[in-house]
Amino acid sequence: MGFWDVVTGRTRPKAANLDSLFLVPSAAITLQTSLGLLPTGEGAVCFRAASGAAFQQTQDEVVSLLNDDPTAPDVSVTRDDFGFTWLVAHRDPADTAGLCTDLHAVNTSLEGQGFGAGLLCSLVPFADPAGHRVGLVYLYKQGTFYPFAPQGKQSRDNLTEIQVRDALAGELPMEQDLGRWLALWGAPGL
Amino acid sequence: MASSRFIKDTGLTTRMTLVMFLLGALFVGLIAALMGLFWSSGNSGLAFIIGIAGLGVAWWQWYSSDKLAMKAMRAREVTPEQAPELHGMIDRLCALADMPKPRVGIADMAIPNAFATGRSPERSVVCVTTGILRTLDAEEMEAVLAHELSHVAHRDVLVMTVASSAGIAAGMLTRGAQYGGLGLFGGRRDNNNGVPVWLVVLVVSLVVYAISFFLLKLLSRYRELAADRAGAYLTMKPAALASALQKITGEMNTIPQRDLRTSQAMNAFFIAPALRGVSLSTLTSTHPSLEQRLEQLARIQAELGRPDA
Repeated sequence: MGFWDVVTGRTRPKAANLDSLFLVPSAAITLQTSLGLLPTGEGAVCFRAASGAAFQQTQDEVVSLLNDDPTAPDVSVTRDDFGFTWLVAHRDPADTAGLCTDLHAVNTSLEGQGFGAGLLCSLVPFADPAGHRVGLVYLYKQGTFYPFAPQGKQSRDNLTEIQVRDALAGELPMEQDLGRWLALWGAPGL
Repeated sequence: MASSRFIKDTGLTTRMTLVMFLLGALFVGLIAALMGLFWSSGNSGLAFIIGIAGLGVAWWQWYSSDKLAMKAMRAREVTPEQAPELHGMIDRLCALADMPKPRVGIADMAIPNAFATGRSPERSVVCVTTGILRTLDAEEMEAVLAHELSHVAHRDVLVMTVASSAGIAAGMLTRGAQYGGLGLFGGRRDNNNGVPVWLVVLVVSLVVYAISFFLLKLLSRYRELAADRAGAYLTMKPAALASALQKITGEMNTIPQRDLRTSQAMNAFFIAPALRGVSLSTLTSTHPSLEQRLEQLARIQAELGRPDA
């Protein structure tokens, strides 16, 4: 917020930064080699659905766009307790690049209709052979990534999260401020 | 390329800027008038001292605003473990708005209300009462939090404090001038052919105080409208804020302020309440009327629902 925005009492909605999402496929390889974490083939975009017909139309268009692709399985739409909508895409676990393309399609459609400010985060879940799940979360507004490893109902495995952060530090812009490592309990795929 | 549904409200911006300009001009005018007065009476330092003292009071109010407000409301800070849902909401809103997360407080009060304060976005507190937590559902609560977070983002505590410094300085002068007879303003002796200086000071500062009082209330109402607007765009659900406002103000206004028997006799002759529009209460209230706020939210709702941005 600049001085003029403060004087006029105006917040500009922060635009989402979409570019770094395509760095995920190479990060997935690093996670596999260094920590044994494999992608689960799912990916989700979390956004705030605006009220009104315009947004509903946009969302329907996105879903049909992704579902009409014969090579990709269908996407599903869920809502969480905080009133955010999750659009979950499924792909072959080996095809992380295809998954990122799907997620990017969701982002660009929302942005094209003027709802880019409503994008909160996207999530690519990983799992190790023992079944522990770690989500790689991309924050659109900051343009940074952070790991989220739920452990039980309401606690996080901070050690794993730090390990993931250090493993990916060279490849992805990782979120430095730990206060922004949003807890996403009950996120799809985790 | 990245389009946005956020419409510019030029009218509101213009009015707000004009009010702030007038407040600034008022402060400068006050200091200039005082310096002229005291200079002619051979006591030019005093205006400076009073002006600086006024600014000092304003600065202190702003600097310790978070602690003062929390104490006044008897609020306590809560951790994410104590209030997971409230923290979860604020976490998400802050991530959406890309702003640092404020501290969270809860005040044990039955009145449904919420406020945000603090000298900077980094050191701010958002506080809600237990009454509002009981009254509103999750969606409405989020809308109220977004409104308060917009106050933080707009630095409303700083803006209002700076804007009120003319009033504070004038108020202090009024006090000083009332004791003028005790010799605080020493210019009376060589001013025997006209109005005594302390009386002029009293009148000037009273006028400045009155003008700045109304301008401040006007500014406060504009800032509330701006926070409503920003909050509605943040949650993308103007309807949730509208229903929250209706619930809160409804509950606050149902308690009658006056004995109804006194006004009923005359109201029987009016088809609608007299003096709608500009009454003293609409000029001096710190918040815009419910109708004004709902009207703006309906406009935003229409804008969000409009296909093809």
